[in-house]
Amino acid sequence: MSQPTAEAQLGAVVVASENPEPRRDPPPRNRRKITPRKVLGWVVVAVVLVITIFPFYWMLRTALSSNAALYANATSLLPVDFSLGGFERVFGLQSAEEAIAAGGSGADIDFWRYLGNSVVVATVVTVSQVFFSALAAYAFSRLQWRGRELVFSLFLLSLMVPLIFTLLPNFLLVKELGLVDTLLGIMLPNLFMAPFAIFFLRQFFMNVPKEVEEAALIDGAGKIRVFFTLITPMSAAPIATIAILTYITAWNDYFWPLMVSYSDSSRVLTVALGSFAAQTPQTGPDWAGLMAATLVAALPMIVLFACFAKRIVNSIGFSGIK
Amino acid sequence: MTAPTAERTTRRSGVPRKRRDDTRLALLFIFPATIGLVAFYFWPLVRGIWLSFTSWDLLSAAEFVGLQNYERMLVDPIFWNAVQVTLYYVVVNISVQTAAALLIALLMQRLAQSTMVRSLILAPYLVSNVVAALVFLWILDFQLGIGNQVLEWLGLGRVGFFTTEEWAIPTIALINVWRHMGYTALLIFAGLQAIPGNLYEAAKVDGASETRTFFGITLPLLRPILGLVLIISVIGSFQVFDTVSVTTDGGPVNASRVLQVYIYQNAFAQFDFGYAAALSVALLIILMIVTFFQYRITRAGQTDLN
Repeated sequence: MSQPTAEAQLGAVVVASENPEPRRDPPPRNRRKITPRKVLGWVVVAVVLVITIFPFYWMLRTALSSNAALYANATSLLPVDFSLGGFERVFGLQSAEEAIAAGGSGADIDFWRYLGNSVVVATVVTVSQVFFSALAAYAFSRLQWRGRELVFSLFLLSLMVPLIFTLLPNFLLVKELGLVDTLLGIMLPNLFMAPFAIFFLRQFFMNVPKEVEEAALIDGAGKIRVFFTLITPMSAAPIATIAILTYITAWNDYFWPLMVSYSDSSRVLTVALGSFAAQTPQTGPDWAGLMAATLVAALPMIVLFACFAKRIVNSIGFSGIK
Repeated sequence: MTAPTAERTTRRSGVPRKRRDDTRLALLFIFPATIGLVAFYFWPLVRGIWLSFTSWDLLSAAEFVGLQNYERMLVDPIFWNAVQVTLYYVVVNISVQTAAALLIALLMQRLAQSTMVRSLILAPYLVSNVVAALVFLWILDFQLGIGNQVLEWLGLGRVGFFTTEEWAIPTIALINVWRHMGYTALLIFAGLQAIPGNLYEAAKVDGASETRTFFGITLPLLRPILGLVLIISVIGSFQVFDTVSVTTDGGPVNASRVLQVYIYQNAFAQFDFGYAAALSVALLIILMIVTFFQYRITRAGQTDLN
């Protein structure tokens, strides 16, 4: 389901409470001195980076090769017999005969549709989940009402419910509502809130100075207006962060959509990729096509991340979310 | 919580006609979230436990069967095999992942604090499990995978990473290490940043070696964070599904049939929802026991700083 996994959630809870500000150690005095230990350290960093990055490069390299050449040159580090055929097959730009000749399955793969489904699911879930979570977070941080702490602790409790335990009964509920194999069915459990988003936003809403809010209230603004014109703009950065994280999680979700969707009409990219891999043509898997599809599926996240990397990475620094 | 009273007095004098109590607005604001909480967290929890006492194929009405599902589970060899396979996966995954993450976190702190390095290290965490699984399915392909080509160059011979019983679980565990080690490293890194720098200064003045500093200062002070990171990653690790589903689907034979895959197959291939629910309860109980002991052993709730 598209909510930060339990691990991310708890990570945030933990680090947020223990480590409010990243503390930089004073730079070591012998920073410029090159010691063998330091060289070894850098070598390890380089190895880690290669291990991390290589699969991404290999995806690209394979996607830009043609299948026949891949069999002959399995180890060439550059694309072999450069071809955009993999991408063409993914987007249905080749006829079935051409695709089969190039090592594809020739099956009718409606990739645009899966892409569209993923975009719809991730976008609607993000907007709805973040909005409703923000409303709740506001009620838990800036409104005065009886039972506030008790109700909030119930929400915190839901952080502890492991995902697997809710999936089967949630599937049954979606089935009873007649929403199996629909996009709404995939989105439904995630539309209302994510416990982690509420917790995360509450932390920031609590930090908005009381005086600012009171000044607006004295000027006659209602609490609803304070929320929309004061609290949300002042918390734009954390709201953006949680929105990006929600989008990424929704986009990458596999288990839940796999349960709910049966046909093309509700198939999202991750599920399509899984079955794409299973449709092996007689000649062996269409690796170029498969890697092209994988790359297309990963690309929006890579772009999103490239734009917001600093924000996401630093948010781990001070709040411990992913 | 002294704030509410303070605010109440201010408002009483400053804005007399404003309601002191926001209950109605608050109920309105938490209404959607509460639907989500009750319908998709609490209700399924209750329903899942109830289902585990029934026999149900979705077509006819659910039939109460008492402890029958649990009795069946106790003598089901595939269930016990799944428990073993899952534990094996968790042990390999967590030990390698934590060691790698700790090393990366230390290196980041000592050498490479740049956002660039941290971003690159986090990159695998942003692609889905499915993408990670497919890329490694290709890299480790028996015939054409570059991984196997390299092994052959090194004279080690090709390995059927996904097709042999002894390799399936370690391979899947390592794929998930690849995806999660950067994220785990950043969590540990955040913990490292919380250790006061003057302790290191003091150790340096006293002439302590780096190894000594690590075991004498870093590790003990990192323990609460490390403990919690461990608990979190173990909970996640027990719920492995995506990678197995995409690469081996439980095979060869039952070598990688982890609990979640077995649960899924019971529900959606056998349409035996009662038994699948009972298996989920078993997984929940295992998770609770493991978490309890981890919490006790790592004393994750307490800190030695102060």
